[in-house]
Amino acid sequence: MFDFGKWTSAFNDLLLGTGMADWLAVLIECVIIAVLILGVYTVLALFYILYERKLCAWFQCRLGPMRVGRWGLLQVFADMFKILIKELISLKGTDRFLFKLAPYLIITSSVVMLACLPWGNGLQIIDWNIGIFFVLAVSSVGVLGILLAGWSSNNKYTLIGAMRSGAQMVSYEISLGLAIMTIVVMAGTMDISKLVLEQADGWFIFKGHIPAIIAFLVYVIAATAETNRGPFDLPEAEHELTAGYHTEYSGIHFGFFYLAEYLNLFIVSGIASLMFLGGWMPLHVPGWDGFNMVMNWIPSPVWFLLKAFFISFVIIWFKWTFPRVRIDQMLAFEWKYLMPFSLANLLLMTVCVALGWHF
Amino acid sequence: MSDLKEQILKIYPDAVFEEGECLQVNVAEKDWFAVAGSLKNELGFDVLSALVGMDWGESLGVMYYLTSTSRQWTVIAVKVMAESRDDAYIHSVSSLWKVANFQEREAYDMFGIKFIGHPDMRRFFLRNDWVGHPLRKDYDADPALNPIRMDDETNEDETRSFSLDADGKVVENPGKVFEENEYVVNIGPQHPSTHGVMRFRASLDGETVKKVDVVSGYIHRGIEKLTEKMTYPQILHFTDRMDYMSAHQNRHCLCMCIEKALGLEVPRRAQVIRTMMDELMRISSHLLSFGCTAMDLGATTAFFYGFREREMVLDIFEKTCGARMSMNYNVIGGVIADLHPDFQKDVKELIRIMPERLKEYHTVFSGNVIAKNRLVGVGHLSKEDAVNYAITGPSGRGSNWSCDCRKKHPYAVYNEVEFDEILLDGCDSYARYMVRMKEIEQSCRILEQLVDNIPEGDIRAQVPKIIKLPAGRWYQQVEASRGTFGVYIESTGDKNPYRVHFQSPCFNLVGVMDLTCSGYMIADLITIGAALDFVIPDIDR
Repeated sequence: MFDFGKWTSAFNDLLLGTGMADWLAVLIECVIIAVLILGVYTVLALFYILYERKLCAWFQCRLGPMRVGRWGLLQVFADMFKILIKELISLKGTDRFLFKLAPYLIITSSVVMLACLPWGNGLQIIDWNIGIFFVLAVSSVGVLGILLAGWSSNNKYTLIGAMRSGAQMVSYEISLGLAIMTIVVMAGTMDISKLVLEQADGWFIFKGHIPAIIAFLVYVIAATAETNRGPFDLPEAEHELTAGYHTEYSGIHFGFFYLAEYLNLFIVSGIASLMFLGGWMPLHVPGWDGFNMVMNWIPSPVWFLLKAFFISFVIIWFKWTFPRVRIDQMLAFEWKYLMPFSLANLLLMTVCVALGWHF
Repeated sequence: MSDLKEQILKIYPDAVFEEGECLQVNVAEKDWFAVAGSLKNELGFDVLSALVGMDWGESLGVMYYLTSTSRQWTVIAVKVMAESRDDAYIHSVSSLWKVANFQEREAYDMFGIKFIGHPDMRRFFLRNDWVGHPLRKDYDADPALNPIRMDDETNEDETRSFSLDADGKVVENPGKVFEENEYVVNIGPQHPSTHGVMRFRASLDGETVKKVDVVSGYIHRGIEKLTEKMTYPQILHFTDRMDYMSAHQNRHCLCMCIEKALGLEVPRRAQVIRTMMDELMRISSHLLSFGCTAMDLGATTAFFYGFREREMVLDIFEKTCGARMSMNYNVIGGVIADLHPDFQKDVKELIRIMPERLKEYHTVFSGNVIAKNRLVGVGHLSKEDAVNYAITGPSGRGSNWSCDCRKKHPYAVYNEVEFDEILLDGCDSYARYMVRMKEIEQSCRILEQLVDNIPEGDIRAQVPKIIKLPAGRWYQQVEASRGTFGVYIESTGDKNPYRVHFQSPCFNLVGVMDLTCSGYMIADLITIGAALDFVIPDIDR
C-alpha cells in the first residue's frame, strides 16, 4: 500500500531544509493541517447532506433535490450560502454568552474527533497511545454544548430537548464505550494507528468472531443514539419539540449544529470502520494473492471513506425506516438490555482473548 | 313514538311536545337539569348528539339532540329556553354528558348564555376580551368594537363558573386553569404536529402530562354566522372547507338535510354516486391519517407511502369533480356533474392495488415493534367515556362502541351494500389506528359492490329556481371520515336559513384530549392526537 507518510515527511524535510527553526516548521504544518481539516470537514458535511437527502428521497419514492445543478448536486452549496448570509437572531431573555458559546463547543468537539480518524496509510493527524480513549472523552464535550444550547435559549422546548439529550448521550456512551472496550481488549492497544495495523491480517469483526459481531451491533445502535439520529432523535423530535435544543438558533449558529450532526454521523461511522472493519486496511482474503493485490491498488483513503459511508448508509436507513422511541423506552432499552448485554459481551471477549479463542 | 311520549310524560308531566321530523320536547329551564338526568339515566338517552345555541328573538335558548343507543338510536330533540334575554342562563348538563363541556363553552361564546354549574365557563373560540356574542341576532359587528388586537390576552389562566344564589341571581365564581408554579408548555398554535392551527397548553411534571387545556379558534371563520345571510345553494361550499378530509360526506349531509326539508326525491344514480364518493373520501382520509400517525411518530417514509395511494383517489376526484380538494360536488337534489368516463376503470384499479399496499403499510409501520410500543396501551379511552364524550367514528369504534351512522341511520344506498362495522376493544391509540386501516378494506368492499352497478338516469332532481325551506327545524347526520357529522337547520320559511349549526366530530375529539393524555408522556400527547385524528378547520368552523 502506498504510504502517505512519505509525502508528509518529505514536506517536513523541505521546510527544515530552508533552515527555519523547528518550532516554526511545526507551526506552519499545524496551520496547514488545520486548514485541511476544516476544508475536509466542510466538504464532508456538504457531501453528507446531499447523501442523506438523496438516500431518503429514494426510500420515499421521491427524487430529492433536482433543480440546482445536475441531479441537484449544487443544492448543498446553495444551502450553505443561504445559511452563511442569514441573520443571527438573538432573543430576549437568553444567556447571551452561553447561547453563543454552545455551537462552538459542539463544532470543536466534532472537529477534534475528525482529526483522530485514520484517514489512510500514514495519514494520521492526532496519534498517540490513548487515541480511542481520547476520542471518547472529546465526544462527551459535545453533550455539554447541547445542554448549554437548550438551557441558554430560555425556551421550554429547548430545555426539554437538552435534558433528553443529556440523559440519552450519557446513557448510550456507556454501551458505546463498552463496545469499543471489547475490541481494545482483543487488540491490546488504544493507539489508533496500531489498531489499524493489527487488522492487516483480518478485520477485527472477522478475527473476534461472535463477541466482535455482538460488539459491532451494540456499537451501531449506541452510535445512532449518540448522534441523536432516528429512531433515537428525541432531543430534536421535530413532531414534539419543533426542533429541540436548537429551536432558537438561526444562521450559521444553527449551521454549526447542522454540520456537527452530519459530521458526527461520519465520525461514528469512521470509528466503526476503524474498530471493526479495519480502518483503511483493504479487504484481504488469506491465500487469494491476486485478489489481495487488486485490493491493495485501491488507495487507502478510499477504503476508509467507503467503509464509513457504508455504515452511515445503515444508520441513515434506520432513521428513514423506524418510528421514534419514547424517552422512557429509550432509557429502559439502554439500562435494562443494552448495557448489561455489552458488559456480558466484554466478559465473553475477555475469556476468548485469555483462552486464545480468537483468530 | 307515542310510547316514548308516555314515558317522557311520566318523568316530566309538564312536557310540551312539538311535531317535527323527530319527537321534540319543550322543557322549562327551571326543570331542565332534573329532566336531563332522568332522560339519561331512566330513559337511556346516553348520547348528546348535538347542542345548538339559539337566538329566538324573544329569548335565547338551546336545542339538544339526544340519542339513545339502547332504543335503536332513537333521536329526540329537547328545546330549552332561557327565562330572560338579558343575563340569560341555563343549567349545565356537562356533569351528565361530558361532551357538553366544550359544546356549552361554544354556546356561551357565541350567544352569551351562561351555563349554571359548568366548571370552566371561558369563551371557546374568541378572545377573552371580545365584545359581544356574534351569533346573537342583535350582535353589533362594528369593527371599531373589536379591532385587530396586537397584544396578548392577559388573563388566559383565569376561568370562572356561575352559580345561582338564594334569590335566583347569577353569581360569578373565579377559578384558575393552571396553578401558579406549574410548568406549562404550549403545543401550538404553530407546531408541526397539531395538524393545523391548534393550541394545547400542557402542564408537565418532567415529561409526564398532568393536564391539557385546549385553546381553539385560531382559524375560526364564523361559517354559522355567514350562512344566515346566504341562500341555501350558497352555503353548500362551506362544508368542503370544514373537515376538508370529509368534504363529500359533509356536503352530502347538508344536501340531505335540505332535501329532507324540501321533500325532494334524489335520483338513484346520484345516490350511488354520492355513496361511492363518500367511500373514496373515507379512503383518502384514512390514508392521510395513516401517513400523519406515522409521521408524528417519526416514521417519515411511511407517510409518503400513504400519500402515494391517496394521490390515486385525488386523481379520481380531479377527473370527475375538477378539483382535488374542496370538490364542491354534491348539490341540492343530486350531484353537479356526471362521472368521468375513466371513473370505473380508476376505481377498479384502486380496489385492485389496495390490499397489497395495506399489507405493505403493516410491514413498514404497524408491525414495527417501536410503533407498537408507542401506540399500544397509550391514550386509554373506555367505552363509557367514548359514549359520554360522544366520540364517534373510528376513534369511538376503537373503544368498541358501535356507532356507525351508516348502520344506525342508513342513508343513500348504504342499506343495500354489504360491509362490516369494524369494532376493536383495545381502547388505545393502536385500536383507533387499526380501525382506520380496516375501514379502508371495508370502503373498498363497498366500492367493489357499486362500481359495476351504477344505474343510468338523471344525476340530479328538478329543484325550484329559488329554494325556500318551509318553517321548521331539521337535523341530519352522516358518517364522515372522523365520526358522525350533523347539520341542524332552522328555517322561518325564508330563502336563507334562520340558523345553521354544524355538529362536527372533531369538536368532540379534542374534548377528550385532556382525559386521554393525562398521565402519559409529552411524546404520547402527539401520538394520541394523531390517532384521534382531528382536523382543525372542522373544530374552528
